[in-house]
Amino acid sequence: MNSEWIYIGLFLVIGIIVPVVPLVFARLVAPRKPNPIKQSTYECGIETVGDSWVQFKAQYYVFALVFLVFDVEAVFLFPWALSLKQLPLFVVLEGILFIAILISGLIYAWRKGMMEWI
Amino acid sequence: MAFLNDPINFIAGWVHGLLTGWGLADSLATIIIYLIGITVLIVFAMVLDVMLVWVERKVVARFQDRLGPNRIGPFGLIQPFADIIKMVIKEDITPAGADRIVYNIAPVLAASSVIILWAILPLASSIYGVDLNVGLLYIVAAGSLGTLAIIMAGWSSNNKYALLGAFRMVANMISYEIPMIIILLVPTILADTMSIKGITQAQSGIWFAILSPLAFIIFLISAIAELGRSPFDLNEAESEIVSGFNVEYSGMKFGWFYAGELLHAFTFGGFIAVLFFGGYGGFFGLEKIGFFSWLNNPFIQAVVFIAKAMFGYWVIMWIKYSMPRIRIDHMLAFNWKFLTPLALVVLVNTAILSKVLSNLPVWGYTLGMFFSNIVIGFITIGILRAYGRKQRKVEDSLTPQVAQN
Repeated sequence: MNSEWIYIGLFLVIGIIVPVVPLVFARLVAPRKPNPIKQSTYECGIETVGDSWVQFKAQYYVFALVFLVFDVEAVFLFPWALSLKQLPLFVVLEGILFIAILISGLIYAWRKGMMEWI
Repeated sequence: MAFLNDPINFIAGWVHGLLTGWGLADSLATIIIYLIGITVLIVFAMVLDVMLVWVERKVVARFQDRLGPNRIGPFGLIQPFADIIKMVIKEDITPAGADRIVYNIAPVLAASSVIILWAILPLASSIYGVDLNVGLLYIVAAGSLGTLAIIMAGWSSNNKYALLGAFRMVANMISYEIPMIIILLVPTILADTMSIKGITQAQSGIWFAILSPLAFIIFLISAIAELGRSPFDLNEAESEIVSGFNVEYSGMKFGWFYAGELLHAFTFGGFIAVLFFGGYGGFFGLEKIGFFSWLNNPFIQAVVFIAKAMFGYWVIMWIKYSMPRIRIDHMLAFNWKFLTPLALVVLVNTAILSKVLSNLPVWGYTLGMFFSNIVIGFITIGILRAYGRKQRKVEDSLTPQVAQN
Protein backbone atom coordinates (compact mmCIF):
# COMPACT_ATOMS: atom_id res chain seq x y z
CA MET A 1 0.00 0.00 0.00
CA ASN A 2 2.67 2.50 1.04
CA SER A 3 5.06 1.48 -1.73
CA GLU A 4 2.40 2.40 -4.31
CA TRP A 5 2.36 5.98 -3.09
CA ILE A 6 6.16 6.11 -2.91
CA TYR A 7 6.09 5.07 -6.57
CA ILE A 8 3.57 7.83 -7.40
CA GLY A 9 5.67 10.37 -5.50
CA LEU A 10 8.83 9.38 -7.40
CA PHE A 11 6.83 9.45 -10.64
CA LEU A 12 5.69 13.02 -9.92
CA VAL A 13 9.30 14.12 -9.30
CA ILE A 14 10.64 12.54 -12.51
CA GLY A 15 7.53 13.64 -14.41
CA ILE A 16 8.46 17.24 -13.56
CA ILE A 17 12.20 16.80 -14.22
CA VAL A 18 11.71 15.33 -17.73
CA PRO A 19 9.94 18.43 -19.20
CA VAL A 20 12.46 20.75 -17.49
CA VAL A 21 15.52 19.10 -19.13
CA PRO A 22 14.81 20.23 -22.75
CA LEU A 23 13.93 23.73 -21.49
CA VAL A 24 17.30 24.01 -19.71
CA PHE A 25 19.03 22.58 -22.78
CA ALA A 26 17.21 25.10 -25.01
CA ARG A 27 18.39 27.90 -22.70
CA LEU A 28 21.98 26.76 -23.24
CA VAL A 29 21.93 26.40 -27.03
CA ALA A 30 19.25 28.87 -28.19
CA PRO A 31 20.28 32.44 -29.07
CA ARG A 32 19.22 35.21 -26.71
CA LYS A 33 19.14 38.74 -28.12
CA PRO A 34 16.14 40.46 -26.56
CA ASN A 35 15.04 43.93 -27.60
CA PRO A 36 11.94 45.96 -26.65
CA ILE A 37 10.16 45.45 -29.99
CA LYS A 38 10.73 41.69 -29.92
CA GLN A 39 9.51 41.42 -26.36
CA SER A 40 6.37 43.48 -26.84
CA THR A 41 3.12 41.54 -26.46
CA TYR A 42 2.22 39.84 -29.74
CA GLU A 43 -1.55 39.53 -29.23
CA CYS A 44 -2.93 39.50 -32.81
CA GLY A 45 -0.12 41.35 -34.58
CA ILE A 46 -1.11 44.99 -34.05
CA GLU A 47 -0.22 47.21 -31.10
CA THR A 48 -1.96 46.34 -27.84
CA VAL A 49 -4.44 48.71 -26.23
CA GLY A 50 -4.85 48.96 -22.47
CA ASP A 51 -4.10 46.51 -19.70
CA SER A 52 -4.50 42.78 -20.23
CA TRP A 53 -5.54 41.84 -16.71
CA VAL A 54 -9.03 43.29 -16.99
CA GLN A 55 -12.41 42.33 -15.56
CA PHE A 56 -13.81 39.17 -17.09
CA LYS A 57 -17.27 37.88 -17.70
CA ALA A 58 -19.08 36.91 -14.50
CA GLN A 59 -20.70 33.97 -16.30
CA TYR A 60 -17.47 31.96 -16.00
CA TYR A 61 -17.74 32.31 -12.23
CA VAL A 62 -21.37 31.10 -12.25
CA PHE A 63 -20.41 27.96 -14.15
CA ALA A 64 -17.53 27.40 -11.76
CA LEU A 65 -20.01 27.53 -8.86
CA VAL A 66 -22.32 24.95 -10.49
CA PHE A 67 -19.26 22.79 -11.19
CA LEU A 68 -18.20 22.97 -7.55
CA VAL A 69 -21.60 21.73 -6.34
CA PHE A 70 -21.53 18.76 -8.71
CA ASP A 71 -17.88 17.94 -8.12
CA VAL A 72 -18.27 17.74 -4.36
CA GLU A 73 -21.40 15.62 -4.61
CA ALA A 74 -19.86 13.27 -7.18
CA VAL A 75 -17.14 12.41 -4.66
CA PHE A 76 -19.84 11.07 -2.33
CA LEU A 77 -21.12 8.82 -5.11
CA PHE A 78 -17.82 6.93 -5.50
CA PRO A 79 -18.03 4.96 -2.19
CA TRP A 80 -21.66 4.16 -3.00
CA ALA A 81 -20.82 2.88 -6.49
CA LEU A 82 -17.85 0.92 -5.16
CA SER A 83 -19.88 -1.04 -2.59
CA LEU A 84 -23.02 -1.39 -4.71
CA LYS A 85 -22.70 -5.18 -5.03
CA GLN A 86 -22.75 -5.69 -1.24
CA LEU A 87 -25.47 -3.16 -0.48
CA PRO A 88 -29.15 -4.16 -0.14
CA LEU A 89 -31.54 -2.76 -2.75
CA PHE A 90 -32.91 -0.24 -0.22
CA VAL A 91 -29.51 1.49 0.16
CA VAL A 92 -29.08 1.51 -3.62
CA LEU A 93 -32.41 3.33 -3.89
CA GLU A 94 -31.23 5.79 -1.24
CA GLY A 95 -28.20 6.52 -3.39
CA ILE A 96 -30.54 7.12 -6.32
CA LEU A 97 -32.54 9.52 -4.10
CA PHE A 98 -29.26 11.40 -3.57
CA ILE A 99 -28.81 11.58 -7.37
CA ALA A 100 -32.40 12.84 -7.64
CA ILE A 101 -31.53 15.69 -5.26
CA LEU A 102 -28.52 16.38 -7.49
CA ILE A 103 -30.81 16.51 -10.55
CA SER A 104 -33.27 18.81 -8.76
CA GLY A 105 -30.35 21.15 -8.04
CA LEU A 106 -29.50 21.09 -11.74
CA ILE A 107 -33.14 21.82 -12.68
CA TYR A 108 -33.22 24.71 -10.16
CA ALA A 109 -30.08 26.25 -11.66
CA TRP A 110 -31.55 25.71 -15.13
CA ARG A 111 -34.86 27.39 -14.25
CA LYS A 112 -33.01 30.30 -12.65
CA GLY A 113 -31.27 30.88 -15.98
CA MET A 114 -27.77 30.06 -14.72
CA MET A 115 -27.20 27.82 -17.74
CA GLU A 116 -27.78 30.67 -20.19
CA TRP A 117 -24.76 32.43 -21.67
CA ILE A 118 -25.87 36.05 -21.47
CA MET B 1 11.33 -18.32 -20.85
CA ALA B 2 10.77 -16.54 -17.53
CA PHE B 3 11.77 -13.32 -19.28
CA LEU B 4 9.19 -13.82 -22.04
CA ASN B 5 6.37 -14.52 -19.59
CA ASP B 6 7.05 -11.72 -17.13
CA PRO B 7 9.78 -9.36 -18.40
CA ILE B 8 9.43 -6.53 -15.86
CA ASN B 9 9.48 -8.65 -12.73
CA PHE B 10 12.28 -10.79 -14.19
CA ILE B 11 14.52 -7.75 -14.75
CA ALA B 12 13.43 -6.14 -11.46
CA GLY B 13 14.22 -9.33 -9.55
CA TRP B 14 17.63 -9.59 -11.22
CA VAL B 15 18.53 -5.93 -10.49
CA HIS B 16 17.26 -6.29 -6.92
CA GLY B 17 19.46 -9.32 -6.40
CA LEU B 18 22.43 -7.45 -7.90
CA LEU B 19 21.93 -4.35 -5.69
CA THR B 20 21.40 -6.26 -2.44
CA GLY B 21 24.44 -8.34 -3.44
CA TRP B 22 26.46 -5.11 -3.41
CA GLY B 23 25.36 -4.57 0.18
CA LEU B 24 22.57 -2.03 -0.33
CA ALA B 25 19.59 -1.99 2.03
CA ASP B 26 16.45 -3.71 0.77
CA SER B 27 14.31 -0.54 0.76
CA LEU B 28 17.01 1.49 -1.02
CA ALA B 29 17.30 -1.19 -3.70
CA THR B 30 13.51 -1.07 -4.19
CA ILE B 31 13.59 2.70 -4.63
CA ILE B 32 16.43 2.46 -7.18
CA ILE B 33 14.41 -0.16 -9.11
CA TYR B 34 11.40 2.18 -8.98
CA LEU B 35 13.50 5.04 -10.35
CA ILE B 36 14.83 2.90 -13.21
CA GLY B 37 11.32 1.65 -14.02
CA ILE B 38 9.83 5.15 -13.95
CA THR B 39 12.58 6.54 -16.18
CA VAL B 40 12.12 3.74 -18.72
CA LEU B 41 8.33 4.22 -18.73
CA ILE B 42 8.56 8.01 -19.18
CA VAL B 43 11.22 7.69 -21.89
CA PHE B 44 8.96 5.21 -23.68
CA ALA B 45 6.09 7.72 -23.40
CA MET B 46 8.31 10.51 -24.75
CA VAL B 47 9.52 8.43 -27.73
CA LEU B 48 5.90 7.55 -28.44
CA ASP B 49 5.06 11.26 -28.16
CA VAL B 50 7.67 12.10 -30.80
CA MET B 51 6.20 9.50 -33.13
CA LEU B 52 2.68 10.82 -32.44
CA VAL B 53 3.73 14.13 -34.03
CA TRP B 54 4.42 12.18 -37.21
CA VAL B 55 1.19 10.14 -36.89
CA GLU B 56 -0.91 13.26 -36.31
CA ARG B 57 0.59 15.14 -39.27
CA LYS B 58 0.31 12.14 -41.56
CA VAL B 59 -3.32 11.41 -40.59
CA VAL B 60 -4.45 15.05 -40.89
CA ALA B 61 -2.80 15.14 -44.31
CA ARG B 62 -4.79 12.10 -45.41
CA PHE B 63 -8.04 13.60 -44.07
CA GLN B 64 -7.34 16.77 -46.05
CA ASP B 65 -6.27 14.89 -49.20
CA ARG B 66 -2.59 15.81 -48.90
CA LEU B 67 0.57 13.71 -48.62
CA GLY B 68 1.91 15.02 -45.32
CA PRO B 69 5.60 14.97 -44.34
CA ASN B 70 7.47 12.72 -46.81
CA ARG B 71 10.86 14.38 -47.42
CA ILE B 72 13.00 13.64 -44.37
CA GLY B 73 13.67 9.93 -43.98
CA PRO B 74 11.45 7.11 -45.22
CA PHE B 75 7.78 8.26 -45.20
CA GLY B 76 8.93 11.42 -43.41
CA LEU B 77 9.63 9.43 -40.23
CA ILE B 78 12.58 11.66 -39.23
CA GLN B 79 10.42 14.81 -39.52
CA PRO B 80 9.44 14.99 -35.78
CA PHE B 81 13.13 14.86 -34.77
CA ALA B 82 13.83 17.76 -37.12
CA ASP B 83 10.91 19.60 -35.50
CA ILE B 84 12.38 19.04 -32.04
CA ILE B 85 15.83 20.34 -33.09
CA LYS B 86 14.14 23.40 -34.60
CA MET B 87 12.16 24.05 -31.40
CA VAL B 88 15.17 23.70 -29.11
CA ILE B 89 17.40 26.11 -31.10
CA LYS B 90 14.67 28.76 -31.48
CA GLU B 91 15.03 31.91 -29.41
CA ASP B 92 12.83 31.82 -26.34
CA ILE B 93 10.95 35.12 -26.05
CA THR B 94 9.34 36.21 -22.80
CA PRO B 95 6.85 39.02 -23.49
CA ALA B 96 7.27 42.26 -21.57
CA GLY B 97 5.07 42.45 -18.50
CA ALA B 98 4.62 38.68 -18.22
CA ASP B 99 4.52 37.08 -14.80
CA ARG B 100 7.86 35.32 -15.25
CA ILE B 101 7.62 32.57 -12.64
CA VAL B 102 4.11 31.46 -13.56
CA TYR B 103 4.93 31.88 -17.25
CA ASN B 104 7.83 29.42 -16.98
CA ILE B 105 6.05 26.89 -14.77
CA ALA B 106 2.96 26.56 -17.01
CA PRO B 107 4.48 24.54 -19.92
CA VAL B 108 6.25 22.19 -17.50
CA LEU B 109 2.99 21.59 -15.65
CA ALA B 110 1.11 21.08 -18.93
CA ALA B 111 3.52 18.29 -19.89
CA SER B 112 3.78 16.77 -16.39
CA SER B 113 0.00 16.57 -15.98
CA VAL B 114 -0.03 14.21 -18.97
CA ILE B 115 3.13 12.27 -18.13
CA ILE B 116 1.92 11.38 -14.62
CA LEU B 117 -1.13 9.66 -16.16
CA TRP B 118 1.29 7.01 -17.43
CA ALA B 119 1.93 5.88 -13.86
CA ILE B 120 -1.37 3.98 -13.86
CA LEU B 121 -1.73 3.05 -17.54
CA PRO B 122 -1.44 -0.77 -17.75
CA LEU B 123 0.34 -1.75 -20.99
CA ALA B 124 0.04 -5.47 -20.18
CA SER B 125 -0.92 -7.66 -17.23
CA SER B 126 2.65 -7.45 -15.88
CA ILE B 127 3.85 -4.21 -17.57
CA TYR B 128 2.41 -1.26 -15.68
CA GLY B 129 3.60 1.46 -13.33
CA VAL B 130 1.41 0.99 -10.31
CA ASP B 131 -2.08 -0.39 -9.71
CA LEU B 132 -3.77 2.20 -7.49
CA ASN B 133 -7.04 1.23 -5.81
CA VAL B 134 -8.26 4.79 -6.55
CA GLY B 135 -7.05 4.80 -10.16
CA LEU B 136 -10.12 6.52 -11.61
CA LEU B 137 -9.86 9.42 -9.15
CA TYR B 138 -6.17 9.74 -10.09
CA ILE B 139 -7.19 10.33 -13.74
CA VAL B 140 -9.56 13.12 -12.67
CA ALA B 141 -6.95 14.66 -10.35
CA ALA B 142 -4.31 14.71 -13.11
CA GLY B 143 -6.86 16.30 -15.45
CA SER B 144 -7.36 19.15 -12.97
CA LEU B 145 -3.59 19.81 -13.07
CA GLY B 146 -3.89 20.31 -16.83
CA THR B 147 -6.63 22.90 -16.27
CA LEU B 148 -4.34 24.69 -13.82
CA ALA B 149 -1.51 24.76 -16.38
CA ILE B 150 -3.75 26.38 -18.98
CA ILE B 151 -5.11 29.11 -16.69
CA MET B 152 -1.51 29.81 -15.56
CA ALA B 153 -0.32 30.11 -19.16
CA GLY B 154 -3.20 32.37 -20.16
CA TRP B 155 -3.02 34.60 -17.11
CA SER B 156 0.74 35.10 -17.02
CA SER B 157 1.17 35.94 -20.73
CA ASN B 158 -0.03 39.55 -20.32
CA ASN B 159 -2.16 39.07 -23.42
CA LYS B 160 -5.92 39.60 -23.70
CA TYR B 161 -6.42 36.84 -26.24
CA ALA B 162 -4.45 34.34 -24.20
CA LEU B 163 -6.51 35.23 -21.14
CA LEU B 164 -9.75 34.84 -23.10
CA GLY B 165 -8.63 31.47 -24.45
CA ALA B 166 -7.65 30.31 -20.97
CA PHE B 167 -11.03 31.34 -19.52
CA ARG B 168 -12.90 29.52 -22.26
CA MET B 169 -10.74 26.45 -21.85
CA VAL B 170 -11.23 26.35 -18.08
CA ALA B 171 -15.01 26.77 -18.45
CA ASN B 172 -14.88 23.94 -20.99
CA MET B 173 -12.73 21.62 -18.90
CA ILE B 174 -14.50 22.03 -15.58
CA SER B 175 -17.92 21.69 -17.22
CA TYR B 176 -17.07 18.48 -19.06
CA GLU B 177 -15.38 17.06 -15.99
CA ILE B 178 -18.86 16.55 -14.47
CA PRO B 179 -20.22 14.08 -17.05
CA MET B 180 -16.79 12.43 -17.09
CA ILE B 181 -16.75 11.87 -13.31
CA ILE B 182 -20.36 10.65 -13.37
CA ILE B 183 -19.67 8.28 -16.24
CA LEU B 184 -16.53 6.95 -14.53
CA LEU B 185 -18.95 5.60 -11.92
CA VAL B 186 -20.40 3.22 -14.54
CA PRO B 187 -17.21 1.12 -15.00
CA THR B 188 -16.82 1.32 -11.20
CA ILE B 189 -20.25 -0.24 -10.70
CA LEU B 190 -19.77 -2.82 -13.46
CA ALA B 191 -16.29 -3.89 -12.34
CA ASP B 192 -16.87 -3.34 -8.59
CA THR B 193 -13.45 -1.69 -8.30
CA MET B 194 -11.75 1.63 -9.05
CA SER B 195 -8.34 0.17 -9.91
CA ILE B 196 -7.52 0.41 -13.62
CA LYS B 197 -6.15 -3.12 -13.70
CA GLY B 198 -9.20 -4.49 -11.93
CA ILE B 199 -11.45 -2.84 -14.50
CA THR B 200 -9.38 -4.38 -17.31
CA GLN B 201 -9.63 -7.84 -15.77
CA ALA B 202 -13.38 -7.46 -15.24
CA GLN B 203 -13.71 -7.07 -19.01
CA SER B 204 -11.99 -10.34 -19.93
CA GLY B 205 -15.45 -11.77 -20.64
CA ILE B 206 -17.39 -8.88 -22.12
CA TRP B 207 -16.43 -5.27 -22.91
CA PHE B 208 -18.09 -2.46 -20.99
CA ALA B 209 -18.69 -0.72 -24.33
CA ILE B 210 -21.19 -3.52 -25.03
CA LEU B 211 -22.71 -3.44 -21.54
CA SER B 212 -23.08 0.33 -21.66
CA PRO B 213 -22.57 1.90 -25.11
CA LEU B 214 -24.04 5.22 -23.97
CA ALA B 215 -21.43 5.51 -21.20
CA PHE B 216 -18.70 4.98 -23.81
CA ILE B 217 -20.14 7.71 -26.07
CA ILE B 218 -20.47 10.20 -23.19
CA PHE B 219 -16.93 9.42 -22.04
CA LEU B 220 -15.61 9.92 -25.58
CA ILE B 221 -17.32 13.32 -25.91
CA SER B 222 -16.18 14.55 -22.50
CA ALA B 223 -12.66 13.23 -23.16
CA ILE B 224 -12.48 15.24 -26.39
CA ALA B 225 -13.69 18.31 -24.49
CA GLU B 226 -11.13 17.66 -21.74
CA LEU B 227 -8.41 17.51 -24.39
CA GLY B 228 -9.59 20.82 -25.86
CA ARG B 229 -9.68 19.35 -29.35
CA SER B 230 -12.06 20.31 -32.13
CA PRO B 231 -15.09 20.67 -31.97
CA PHE B 232 -14.25 21.94 -28.46
CA ASP B 233 -11.04 23.80 -29.38
CA LEU B 234 -12.31 27.17 -28.16
CA ASN B 235 -9.04 27.67 -26.30
CA GLU B 236 -7.10 27.98 -29.53
CA ALA B 237 -9.73 29.27 -31.93
CA GLU B 238 -7.28 30.58 -34.55
CA SER B 239 -9.85 32.73 -36.35
CA GLU B 240 -10.96 34.66 -33.23
CA ILE B 241 -8.23 34.67 -30.59
CA VAL B 242 -5.16 33.84 -32.71
CA SER B 243 -3.96 30.75 -30.85
CA GLY B 244 -5.49 31.14 -27.44
CA PHE B 245 -3.59 30.50 -24.21
CA ASN B 246 -0.23 29.62 -25.85
CA VAL B 247 0.01 32.55 -28.30
CA GLU B 248 2.92 34.23 -26.46
CA TYR B 249 4.95 31.03 -26.08
CA SER B 250 7.82 30.22 -28.41
CA GLY B 251 10.46 27.57 -28.85
CA MET B 252 10.47 24.51 -26.60
CA LYS B 253 7.89 26.01 -24.21
CA PHE B 254 5.36 26.01 -27.02
CA GLY B 255 6.67 22.57 -27.93
CA TRP B 256 5.65 21.21 -24.54
CA PHE B 257 2.09 22.47 -24.95
CA TYR B 258 1.93 20.82 -28.37
CA ALA B 259 3.59 17.57 -27.30
CA GLY B 260 1.48 17.48 -24.14
CA GLU B 261 -1.71 17.79 -26.16
CA LEU B 262 -0.74 14.93 -28.49
CA LEU B 263 0.33 12.63 -25.66
CA HIS B 264 -2.84 13.56 -23.76
CA ALA B 265 -4.96 12.53 -26.74
CA PHE B 266 -3.14 9.20 -27.03
CA THR B 267 -3.36 8.61 -23.27
CA PHE B 268 -7.10 9.21 -23.35
CA GLY B 269 -7.30 6.80 -26.29
CA GLY B 270 -5.60 4.36 -23.93
CA PHE B 271 -8.06 5.07 -21.14
CA ILE B 272 -10.99 4.58 -23.53
CA ALA B 273 -9.45 1.22 -24.42
CA VAL B 274 -8.95 0.33 -20.75
CA LEU B 275 -12.33 1.45 -19.46
CA PHE B 276 -14.58 0.28 -22.29
CA PHE B 277 -12.67 -2.08 -24.62
CA GLY B 278 -10.88 -4.41 -22.26
CA GLY B 279 -7.43 -2.75 -22.37
CA TYR B 280 -4.65 -5.31 -22.91
CA GLY B 281 -7.13 -8.19 -22.59
CA GLY B 282 -10.76 -8.40 -23.52
CA PHE B 283 -10.65 -11.32 -25.95
CA PHE B 284 -14.14 -12.50 -24.86
CA GLY B 285 -12.67 -15.41 -22.89
CA LEU B 286 -10.67 -16.62 -25.89
CA GLU B 287 -7.37 -16.58 -23.97
CA LYS B 288 -8.62 -19.29 -21.58
CA ILE B 289 -8.72 -21.86 -24.42
CA GLY B 290 -5.43 -23.75 -24.65
CA PHE B 291 -4.79 -23.03 -28.31
CA PHE B 292 -5.02 -19.24 -27.78
CA SER B 293 -2.97 -19.14 -24.56
CA TRP B 294 -0.29 -17.10 -26.36
CA LEU B 295 -2.67 -14.14 -25.99
CA ASN B 296 -1.61 -14.04 -22.32
CA ASN B 297 1.96 -13.18 -23.27
CA PRO B 298 2.78 -9.66 -21.99
CA PHE B 299 4.36 -8.62 -25.30
CA ILE B 300 1.23 -9.64 -27.25
CA GLN B 301 -0.90 -7.84 -24.65
CA ALA B 302 1.19 -4.67 -24.99
CA VAL B 303 0.79 -4.75 -28.78
CA VAL B 304 -2.99 -5.25 -28.39
CA PHE B 305 -3.18 -2.37 -25.93
CA ILE B 306 -1.18 0.02 -28.15
CA ALA B 307 -3.38 -0.96 -31.12
CA LYS B 308 -6.58 -0.27 -29.17
CA ALA B 309 -5.21 3.01 -27.82
CA MET B 310 -4.14 4.03 -31.34
CA PHE B 311 -7.65 3.26 -32.56
CA GLY B 312 -9.11 5.47 -29.82
CA TYR B 313 -6.59 8.19 -30.72
CA TRP B 314 -7.54 7.83 -34.38
CA VAL B 315 -11.24 8.27 -33.57
CA ILE B 316 -10.40 11.45 -31.64
CA MET B 317 -8.38 12.70 -34.65
CA TRP B 318 -11.17 11.72 -37.03
CA ILE B 319 -13.64 13.85 -35.06
CA LYS B 320 -11.11 16.68 -34.74
CA TYR B 321 -10.55 17.03 -38.47
CA SER B 322 -14.18 16.51 -39.51
CA MET B 323 -16.10 18.84 -37.21
CA PRO B 324 -16.35 22.65 -37.18
CA ARG B 325 -15.81 24.52 -33.91
CA ILE B 326 -18.92 25.15 -31.78
CA ARG B 327 -19.76 28.37 -29.98
CA ILE B 328 -19.10 28.69 -26.25
CA ASP B 329 -22.77 29.10 -25.27
CA HIS B 330 -23.67 26.03 -27.35
CA MET B 331 -20.82 24.12 -25.80
CA LEU B 332 -21.86 24.88 -22.22
CA ALA B 333 -25.57 24.31 -23.00
CA PHE B 334 -24.70 20.97 -24.60
CA ASN B 335 -22.88 19.92 -21.46
CA TRP B 336 -25.25 21.15 -18.75
CA LYS B 337 -28.60 20.66 -20.47
CA PHE B 338 -27.86 17.45 -22.33
CA LEU B 339 -24.74 15.52 -21.37
CA THR B 340 -24.94 15.86 -17.56
CA PRO B 341 -28.62 14.80 -17.25
CA LEU B 342 -28.01 11.94 -19.69
CA ALA B 343 -24.96 10.81 -17.72
CA LEU B 344 -27.01 10.81 -14.50
CA VAL B 345 -29.76 8.77 -16.19
CA VAL B 346 -27.21 6.24 -17.47
CA LEU B 347 -25.70 6.01 -13.98
CA VAL B 348 -29.09 5.38 -12.31
CA ASN B 349 -29.95 2.83 -15.00
CA THR B 350 -26.67 0.98 -14.49
CA ALA B 351 -27.01 1.03 -10.69
CA ILE B 352 -30.55 -0.37 -10.70
CA LEU B 353 -29.97 -2.96 -13.43
CA SER B 354 -26.71 -4.25 -11.95
CA LYS B 355 -28.72 -4.92 -8.77
CA VAL B 356 -31.84 -6.34 -10.42
CA LEU B 357 -30.13 -8.43 -13.11
CA SER B 358 -27.34 -9.77 -10.88
CA ASN B 359 -29.13 -13.12 -10.45
CA LEU B 360 -29.53 -13.68 -14.20
CA PRO B 361 -26.98 -15.67 -16.28
CA VAL B 362 -24.31 -13.72 -18.15
CA TRP B 363 -26.21 -13.48 -21.45
CA GLY B 364 -29.36 -12.20 -19.72
CA TYR B 365 -27.31 -9.59 -17.80
CA THR B 366 -25.53 -8.49 -21.00
CA LEU B 367 -28.71 -8.26 -23.09
CA GLY B 368 -30.57 -6.40 -20.33
CA MET B 369 -27.77 -3.85 -19.95
CA PHE B 370 -27.32 -3.41 -23.70
CA PHE B 371 -31.00 -2.99 -24.57
CA SER B 372 -31.69 -0.65 -21.65
CA ASN B 373 -28.94 1.58 -23.07
CA ILE B 374 -30.42 1.35 -26.57
CA VAL B 375 -33.87 2.31 -25.19
CA ILE B 376 -32.42 5.32 -23.32
CA GLY B 377 -30.57 6.31 -26.48
CA PHE B 378 -33.71 6.21 -28.60
CA ILE B 379 -35.74 8.15 -26.00
CA THR B 380 -32.97 10.80 -25.91
CA ILE B 381 -32.96 11.09 -29.70
CA GLY B 382 -36.77 11.35 -29.65
CA ILE B 383 -36.70 14.18 -27.09
CA LEU B 384 -34.01 16.00 -29.08
CA ARG B 385 -36.00 15.59 -32.30
CA ALA B 386 -39.20 16.97 -30.69
CA TYR B 387 -37.21 19.90 -29.28
CA GLY B 388 -35.63 20.59 -32.65
CA ARG B 389 -39.03 20.53 -34.36
CA LYS B 390 -40.38 23.03 -31.79
CA GLN B 391 -37.38 25.32 -32.29
CA ARG B 392 -37.79 25.20 -36.07
CA LYS B 393 -41.47 26.13 -35.72
CA VAL B 394 -40.54 29.14 -33.58
CA GLU B 395 -37.94 30.17 -36.16
CA ASP B 396 -40.42 29.73 -39.05
CA SER B 397 -43.01 31.90 -37.28
CA LEU B 398 -40.36 34.62 -36.81
CA THR B 399 -39.03 34.69 -40.37
CA PRO B 400 -41.95 36.56 -42.11
CA GLN B 401 -41.81 39.39 -39.55
CA VAL B 402 -38.10 39.86 -40.20
CA ALA B 403 -38.82 39.98 -43.94
CA GLN B 404 -41.46 42.73 -43.49
CA ASN B 405 -39.04 44.93 -41.61
